[in-house]
Amino acid sequence: MKYTVSQNNNIRTALTYLFCGALFGAGLSLSGMTDQNKVLGFLDFFGDWDPSLIFVMVGGICVTFIGYKFIFKRQSPLWGEVFTLPTSKIIDKNLVLGALLFGIGWGLYGYCPGPAIASLAYLHWETLLFVAAMMTGMFLQSKQAAYTAKKVLS
Amino acid sequence: MLHLFSNNTALFGGAIIGLSACGMMLFFGRIAGISGILWNVIQTPRDHLPSSGFFLCGIVLGTVCVAYISGVEIKPIQSNMFTITLAGLLVGYGTKLGSGCTSGHGICGISRFSIRSTVATVLFMLSGIATVYVMKNLV
Repeated sequence: MKYTVSQNNNIRTALTYLFCGALFGAGLSLSGMTDQNKVLGFLDFFGDWDPSLIFVMVGGICVTFIGYKFIFKRQSPLWGEVFTLPTSKIIDKNLVLGALLFGIGWGLYGYCPGPAIASLAYLHWETLLFVAAMMTGMFLQSKQAAYTAKKVLS
Repeated sequence: MLHLFSNNTALFGGAIIGLSACGMMLFFGRIAGISGILWNVIQTPRDHLPSSGFFLCGIVLGTVCVAYISGVEIKPIQSNMFTITLAGLLVGYGTKLGSGCTSGHGICGISRFSIRSTVATVLFMLSGIATVYVMKNLV
C-alpha cells in the first residue's frame, strides 16, 4: 500500500503530538505532580508546607518563556497557519469563579487535569472516577453556557 | 536509583513540561493547556483524536515510561467516592469556566505575561490552599 503525502503528514503530525504529550507526562511524573500527597503538601501552606512544586512552575515557566521568545519571532508555526493565542485581557466573572472552583477541586483531591490524566497510567479506579467526573464537569459547564446564551437571545 | 521528587527533579520535570509546551507552539501554534486539549476531544472527538487525542495518550505513555524506569509506584490517596467525584466535577467545571488549568494558565499563560492567566493562577492557588486548610483544620 502506498501512502499519499497528506497521509504521511497526518502520521507525522500524530506522532509529534504523541511525543509532545509523552514529554509532558514524563515531566509531570518526574516533578512529583502525579503524587497527590506532594501536591496537597504544597497547598498546605499553613501546615507542613512542601515548597518543591514551586520548582516545577519555575522550571516550566523559564523554559517556556525563553522558548516562546524565539518561536514568536516566526510568522507562523512550522506546520500551521497561525499561532492560536487567547487575546482577551479582561478579568471577568467567569475567569474568577472558574479559577476559584477549580482550586477547591484541586485542594480536595490533589489532582489538576494534567496529573489526573497522567495518573491513569497507574491503573487505579479512583483516577478513572476522577477523570470521568472531570469530563462530566466540563460537559455540564458547556451545556449551561449554551443554555444561558440561548436565554439571553430569546 | 533515581531519587524521585526532590527539588532537583521538580525543576528538571518542570523544564521538560516547558519543552513540551514549546514543541506544541513551534509545531502547531497551540497552547499546551490540558483542560482545553481534553475539552477538544470531548467536544468533537472525530476531529481531535489524531491531534489532541494523541497528545493525551502521550501523557499517559510518558508517565508509564517514568514509572517503569524509576520503579516508583504511586497510589492514589485514601478518599471516598463522593469526594473524588465532587473534586473531579469542580476541576472540570472550573477549568472550563475559567478557560484553563495549571498548565494553560500557570505555565503557558504566565510565560506570555498574560494578565488573565496570572490572576487565574493566583486565584486557584489561593483557593486550593484555603480548601486544604479547611479540610485539615475545620472538617
